[in-house]
Amino acid sequence: MMPLREQTRRKPAMLLAGAAVLAALTLAAPASAQQRDPAYAAARANGQVGEGADGYLGFPAAPSPEIRHMAEDINIKRRAVYADKAEAQKATIDDYAFTAGCLAIQRTAPGEKYEGPDGKWYTRTAAPPLLDSRCPKGAPPAQ
Amino acid sequence: MKNPQLTNRAHLATTGPMDRNERGKRWPTRRGASALGLLVGGTMALGGCISVNAPDKPIVIELNINIKQEVVYRLAADAGNTIQDNPDIF
Repeated sequence: MMPLREQTRRKPAMLLAGAAVLAALTLAAPASAQQRDPAYAAARANGQVGEGADGYLGFPAAPSPEIRHMAEDINIKRRAVYADKAEAQKATIDDYAFTAGCLAIQRTAPGEKYEGPDGKWYTRTAAPPLLDSRCPKGAPPAQ
Repeated sequence: MKNPQLTNRAHLATTGPMDRNERGKRWPTRRGASALGLLVGGTMALGGCISVNAPDKPIVIELNINIKQEVVYRLAADAGNTIQDNPDIF
């Protein structure tokens, strides 16, 4: 958070713009108007990023700096969401992230990559994905 | 009761109720019965197929997995909502 603050001190206009964007996003969130960024969607479809078993995006192969930056940015946002929700559920962030990872792997589309319980990367097919034995069983959540 | 002189070298023809612990008895004594029980028990033990061996490794109960599974089940519904509420990062 410190670099952000320093950056915004240098550019007050950016702060206002950022706040405006943030407010817009926050207002838009309940309407679920957000979708995946096109770059993120493409990276998923190409298998450049995959759903890790720990609830975060991972890299089946060495990523380009742009892909790495984008995935790490998403992972930071995911962690913030996990932390918030885990606290409300009185659970640890890792347990919440793991649970979300189970579900995120289940809702991968065929062709996307996911991390199996053995730590290897698999390409999702029409068949159910390989899940950790601790993942909740039952019907996968709706897309 | 009995007259040894009448039977001489042979055992008594009849055993009186009070004479069961003497030689030449007709009914098995308690010692005989327990010997018979031992024999039957021994035969069953030898013939039975159940053999229990002590494990050579320590018995480990993985409690952590069970606890985690319980937590994961509890969180599943909420995590599903979280994913649907944040379609930009999932």
